[in-house]
Amino acid sequence: MTGADAMVKSLMAEGVDYVFGYPGVAICPFYNAILDSDIKTILIRTEQNAAHSASGTARLTGKPGVCAVTSGPGATNLITGIATAFADSIPLVCITGQVNSELIGSDVFQEADITGAVESFVKYSYLVKDANDIPRIFKEAFYIANSGRKAPVLIDVPIDVQQQKIKSFEYPEEIKLRTYKPTVKGNALQIKKIVKELEKAKRPLICAGGGVRLANAKDELRKLVEEYRIPVVSTMMGIGVMATEHELYYGMVGNNGFPWANKAMKEADLIMMVGARVADRAVNQPERVMKDTVLIHIDVDPAEIGKNAGATIPIVGDAKHILSDLNEYEIEADYSKWIEELNKYRKEMPLTREAHPGFVDPAEFIRRMSLKMQDNAIYVADVGQNQIWSCKYHVVRNGRFLTTGGMGTMGYSIPAAVGAKLARPNRQVVAVCGDGSFQMSMMELATMRQYNVPVKIVVLKNNYLGMVRQYQHFTYEDKYSVVDLSGSPDLEHIAKAYGMKFMRIENMDGLDDRLDELLNKDEAYLCECIIDPMDLV
Amino acid sequence: MNRKVFQLLVDNSSGVLSRISGLFSRRGYNIESITAGVTADPRYSRITIVAQGDDEILDQIEKQVAKLIEVRNVKVLDPSDSVYRELCLIKVEVTEDNRENLISVANIFRANIVDVGPESMIIELTGNQSKIEAFLGLLKGYTISELARTGLTGLTRGNAGVVWLDD
Repeated sequence: MTGADAMVKSLMAEGVDYVFGYPGVAICPFYNAILDSDIKTILIRTEQNAAHSASGTARLTGKPGVCAVTSGPGATNLITGIATAFADSIPLVCITGQVNSELIGSDVFQEADITGAVESFVKYSYLVKDANDIPRIFKEAFYIANSGRKAPVLIDVPIDVQQQKIKSFEYPEEIKLRTYKPTVKGNALQIKKIVKELEKAKRPLICAGGGVRLANAKDELRKLVEEYRIPVVSTMMGIGVMATEHELYYGMVGNNGFPWANKAMKEADLIMMVGARVADRAVNQPERVMKDTVLIHIDVDPAEIGKNAGATIPIVGDAKHILSDLNEYEIEADYSKWIEELNKYRKEMPLTREAHPGFVDPAEFIRRMSLKMQDNAIYVADVGQNQIWSCKYHVVRNGRFLTTGGMGTMGYSIPAAVGAKLARPNRQVVAVCGDGSFQMSMMELATMRQYNVPVKIVVLKNNYLGMVRQYQHFTYEDKYSVVDLSGSPDLEHIAKAYGMKFMRIENMDGLDDRLDELLNKDEAYLCECIIDPMDLV
Repeated sequence: MNRKVFQLLVDNSSGVLSRISGLFSRRGYNIESITAGVTADPRYSRITIVAQGDDEILDQIEKQVAKLIEVRNVKVLDPSDSVYRELCLIKVEVTEDNRENLISVANIFRANIVDVGPESMIIELTGNQSKIEAFLGLLKGYTISELARTGLTGLTRGNAGVVWLDD
């Protein structure tokens, strides 16, 4: 048995179904050994997307996504994908091949100090020096990635270590990490304090973040919300934790959020942040929003509490545990007057968005498409204007809404959708991107074709890098610089080249029929929607 | 700006120091000094960091450092309850005329003369930082040609703050 065999056996012991990657000589022993297993390999078309696809599977399965690439440029290409997962707290185990350990440090062909390069984007990294350590390291890596604050972990394995003969393989049952013990259960006294504050509060508001989903605490949150009728808003990463049309859900907060959701944040006398960082895009000027507000901050990462806003009641732990402990209490609460006020805001506050006749209105398109999507469909939003439209107008029922809120990496949607569809082949998966972000990951149409991954891709095409154009419109008085995408390919030909079905939607006429055609069969589709280039979010 | 002395017990493995110093530079924390050395138990190292910042930053430093996988324990060495020491080597240019005077200043501070040459002298001084600053202040009239300071290290007084690590 070799180190490479041990790597594969470790992945099998962890129940890994898919490895996304791109080989090179330095990872070849691993890709040779994987042929003897049931693990399916997906040859992605560029390494960055291997991490995004792994992120897509991780978000659906709740287990770390796995990618494996070669040394040097393979490893460095992976970095943006790793950083993206890190910013969104998505668990990944990233395996990189490395040059022969004797040669490390001598700048040989395709050598890169990848553990050094990713240090600020991983929770932990290993450079394996002895193949006998592989079972322990893999066991630790999967545990670290998927416990506490979830994040990518990188394992760099020199080619000679992959080839090293070892006597036996024994996958450890237990983890022996002397220095790593994340807090799971919330402090009981703090939970009691929350109950008291909720009973005192007149205008409480829950702000749900991506951490609710990561902790698989959606049901516990919904129970709390419905039992005591507490209004909820969410961050971008928290979209989908509540069904969009739930009467107590008031939408996304932040500088791209709904005005009534932001007003709710300002007027609340108690804000309970659950698995949310109080990050800049969600809570602008936290010191103003949180002034005179009781702030309850539930997070698994103690360093997030107090980083951007001082909490009245900080509580460290897993959101699922804390919310179910909270649900054990009887809380005396009646917030119906506050809900009435919020409903009034929602009804009366204007949305400044105007439709542009003669084009597809992205807001209305997204709303109507999502209503026609399957109940548990997975919607993957890319980055740019399309992301904001998706966040605001996509209707989630029992499905998922995936996007990258932290890093905002263009090109995320297609590879993430591929990963999500492979992980959940029976569910409908739709990726929505702009013409800029589409071209950043267009090469993955080949992956979809090769492995028969029937994802629907919607391209909201406006011939601009719309989000930046919009910024230049407001900030530089329409002096546009480097945002014109007019050299883009004809997507009909692109679809044909990859053997995909294609449709172009030029305006809102007959939209329902077009959407039925797009969504009715479980087949790959490329749908181009023509948006007014001057449209704004 | 406040100043705090953090003491860390970490796994004695390669890369720990770089992870810690990388954390400080990437998050823009001000580090005044960092010292590291193995503990009585060779599996662990003790790292002493002196950092500056306002209260929120110092609080973040403590939390972010605690998040690193290899960091087993973090505590703040409270000045009223701890002993701080730093070692300092000072190479001073001397002449026949001022050598005796310098030796007597060194003696007052219980510093050691560890090297004497015809035109230079190395003085070794151990103490808390105010003592070292005071001594350096007295050398204003001399030419210091080289100065090497270890940075602060320290321990809490008594047994109360001792951390015993078990597996």
